[in-house]
Amino acid sequence: MELEPASTKILSRPRPQSPNIQIYRPQLTSVLSIANRITGVVLSLGAIGLVIWLSAAAAGPGNYGAVRGMIASWPGQVLLLGCTFAFFLHLCGGIRHLFWDTVRGFELRSIYMSGWAVVAASVILTIAAWIASLFLAK
Amino acid sequence: MQTPLAKAMGLGSAKSGVAHWRAQRVSAVALVPLTLWFAASIIAHSGSDYASLIAWLRSPLTTGAMILLLIALFHHTALGLQVVIEDYVHSGVKFAAVIMLRLGCFALATAGVVATLSVAFGR
Repeated sequence: MELEPASTKILSRPRPQSPNIQIYRPQLTSVLSIANRITGVVLSLGAIGLVIWLSAAAAGPGNYGAVRGMIASWPGQVLLLGCTFAFFLHLCGGIRHLFWDTVRGFELRSIYMSGWAVVAASVILTIAAWIASLFLAK
Repeated sequence: MQTPLAKAMGLGSAKSGVAHWRAQRVSAVALVPLTLWFAASIIAHSGSDYASLIAWLRSPLTTGAMILLLIALFHHTALGLQVVIEDYVHSGVKFAAVIMLRLGCFALATAGVVATLSVAFGR
């Protein structure tokens, strides 16, 4: 009887994989972690919007009016609302990160407390910003 | 005179030490007041017409803060998106993508600063 080399036996068995994103139950910690990255990417697109807006303002009232019209349209308002929420979530999440950099707040209890504080603050600030803006636009 | 060991110490797997990490934090700290100032100003100008918006942009404080915002914003964007690229792009495209990102952020920051200055010093 020929003995099977140990190496082929190991290779024939699939290697164990760490829990991956498809089977891992979402938690506040992991959701906020990926949310910080997604909002960062969204805000990068928002930064391009800022440059377009400034360039339109520099180009004159005609160009500015066109850009303002796009922002005032329904899709523009939805995008702006999304950008507002992304901004506040990234801001609050970023402040949480800066606090973590002081090597504090890593206990399970405080990590969940700061996490929910980030969510609540972002929602409240987004609503407050839009109410203030709509009130002043009148 | 530096020994190879001294050169390697503290540089970590990124081979650049904490430079990237620190720059991300410094730009983040700068962006907290700058973005809040911008958001508050935009909200305050919700009902403003073109002329009053330009008058606001032309004031030296606004021009200065806007330029600082653009520099900090695109510096922070370049650092953040670089990490995203490095995490998900594993082919030879990675190097080119990071270079393109850097150049794109430089170009956008410059465009924003030029637009701000042309409003400030324009007709």
